[in-house]
Amino acid sequence: MKILLIDDEEEFVSTLAERLIIRGLEADWVNSGLDALAKAEETDYDLMVVDIKMPGMSGPEFIRRISEKKPAVKFIVLSGHGDVKSLSDNDPVAICHRLVKPIDIDVLLDIIQQMRCQ
Amino acid sequence: MSVRSFWQKFLPGFFFEPKGQEGQDRLNYAGIWYYAVVGMLAVSLIPLLILAGINYSQYKRAAKAEILHPMYLLVSNNNQAIAFFLRERQSALNYVISGQSFTELTDPTRLNVTLDNLKKSFGGFIDLGLINADGLQINYSGPYELKGLNYHGQTWFKEVAQKGTHVSEVFKGFRGFPHVVIAVKHADPDGTFYILRATLDTEGFNAVIRAMDLSPNSDNFLINAAGVLQTASRRYGEALKKIPLTLPSASSKNEVIEITDEHGEPLIAALARVEGSPFIFVALKTARELPENLSTIFVELILFVLASILVIFGVTWRVSTKLVGHIHDVDRSRTYLLHEIEYTQRMASIGRLSAGVAHEINNPLAIINEKTGLLKDLIAFAPDFAYKERFLKHIDSILFSVKRCSTITHRLLGFARHLDVQCEMINPKILLEEVVSFLDKEAMYRNIDISLTSSPHFEEIESDRGQLQQVFLNIINNALAAVPDGGRVTIKLESRPAGGVVVTISDNGQGIPPENIERVFEPFFSTKGNKGTGLGLSIAHGIISKLGGEIFVESEVGIGTSFFVTLPPKACNRGRDEK
Repeated sequence: MKILLIDDEEEFVSTLAERLIIRGLEADWVNSGLDALAKAEETDYDLMVVDIKMPGMSGPEFIRRISEKKPAVKFIVLSGHGDVKSLSDNDPVAICHRLVKPIDIDVLLDIIQQMRCQ
Repeated sequence: MSVRSFWQKFLPGFFFEPKGQEGQDRLNYAGIWYYAVVGMLAVSLIPLLILAGINYSQYKRAAKAEILHPMYLLVSNNNQAIAFFLRERQSALNYVISGQSFTELTDPTRLNVTLDNLKKSFGGFIDLGLINADGLQINYSGPYELKGLNYHGQTWFKEVAQKGTHVSEVFKGFRGFPHVVIAVKHADPDGTFYILRATLDTEGFNAVIRAMDLSPNSDNFLINAAGVLQTASRRYGEALKKIPLTLPSASSKNEVIEITDEHGEPLIAALARVEGSPFIFVALKTARELPENLSTIFVELILFVLASILVIFGVTWRVSTKLVGHIHDVDRSRTYLLHEIEYTQRMASIGRLSAGVAHEINNPLAIINEKTGLLKDLIAFAPDFAYKERFLKHIDSILFSVKRCSTITHRLLGFARHLDVQCEMINPKILLEEVVSFLDKEAMYRNIDISLTSSPHFEEIESDRGQLQQVFLNIINNALAAVPDGGRVTIKLESRPAGGVVVTISDNGQGIPPENIERVFEPFFSTKGNKGTGLGLSIAHGIISKLGGEIFVESEVGIGTSFFVTLPPKACNRGRDEK
């Protein structure tokens, strides 16, 4: 399974990616929605972990645009302040789960491995 | 304090509130009330009293006029009638003296016939006499022996000679009856004259006066200028008695005056001088009648005014009291409302602040979490080295602290958010059992007895499950924190007769001191020192309010604390401004 992590906090996202790699997963990371779009052109990802609030392109917007191009991609949405309701208008099918920061890595792993979607 | 409680019934509440309270009144309500009452009373009572006074005096005047006016009429009419009576007889004599020559008049038989005719036509004639210019009675017809008498020196003769006519005063005449004399003069062109003189009884006068007398209270009679009765008076007796009253000399006009009689009692006297005679017509009426009527009216008026005053007073008092009381109450509640708004706004801004802070903290917190997690991963997968275990232990400690921070920030963010109510039908007993099961382990570990009792029948209620769980978890947690090891927490579930349920959570812990009880639901108020956020109960309060219930606390230091949570049967479909 190929995973792409998108978050504007570099320290956070890079570390999370490293931890996933230690655990045997393929994980890439980028800092913005634009970078993510570009990366998605090169590689086919199965799962994307997206932060809701990002400067420039917001999480929801990014999800919409990716879904147009790569409809098969599933999403896990991260929120820093629990305001996950802002996504309720968006396409619910592609969003597998919502998590609140700081996240428990075991929970994340569980979701990824079982694709235990909400 | 019976005087005070007496006044409390009548005066509005703000009279009794101590001044200088926190909710200080902006207006001086007592002052306004005084102004209102005094103003209204003045405006109502002063005109009332003035009008009553005017009314009374006008009535007095009218009543008097009512008495006096008929007397004017009476006097006037009587005067006319009597004068006419006299003139009639004078005219008769004039007719006789003009119609017959001197020679004819000297004929005694003729004179007798004339007298007879006069008696028949007019009545009242007693005698008839002819007197020459020297005053000598030449002819006479009648019951007296007056032939040959000389009247030359007498006043009446001189008067007739001069004026041509004379009416005498009443005197005691034939058989003691009162009589009056009328004399007329006839003058010849050559300057000589002769006089025809007749005596009449006063029956005619009396008849005239009687005919006019409509009022039984009135006493009507004739007097002369000296005050001697010429006709009979009810009060003062027969003719020729002197009346004991002092009457002013009658003017030529008819007049009505107020006098006092011989006993000092007030009388109303109407006077009129009868023209062409020495008579004065008098009508007397007791003035007593006046005050009697008047005092009845006066009493009635006073009663009415008093009753009006009472009513006006009562209404003014009540209306002013109610109005100013309302203003006061409204002002009060306005003040409270402003305070509430102020508080809510303060809370809201604290909420926003906290949310901002929490959000800002969450990101670095996430970084710490991941970095520390990574450290743990790296060390865990590394081969054993000297401090491996200690490293892992300390890293775990960091991670635990991160989790604690996370709890706080999430709570803060939850506080700031507007939570919409998600409704479903809930069995309150099951919900409480679930919550208790969360805390079972900790309770068991510390030997604390948690018991849940419920009344046999209760209805399911409509509410938000997650938020209710949060509330009860919080309260029961607090209870566990308050009791020592081996303590007791009891949870009671009862249904309310009006619908809904009430949950009572009691502990036998240290209790809440009275100075803290009121602050228990304040945000950030905590007695846990470092361990508490101070948000649990204030959030609980907010949630329960939103769900349409109530939450309050009772406590006694050293004994324990009880929290009471009431929940309505329906929490949903509530308007925003409902509590």
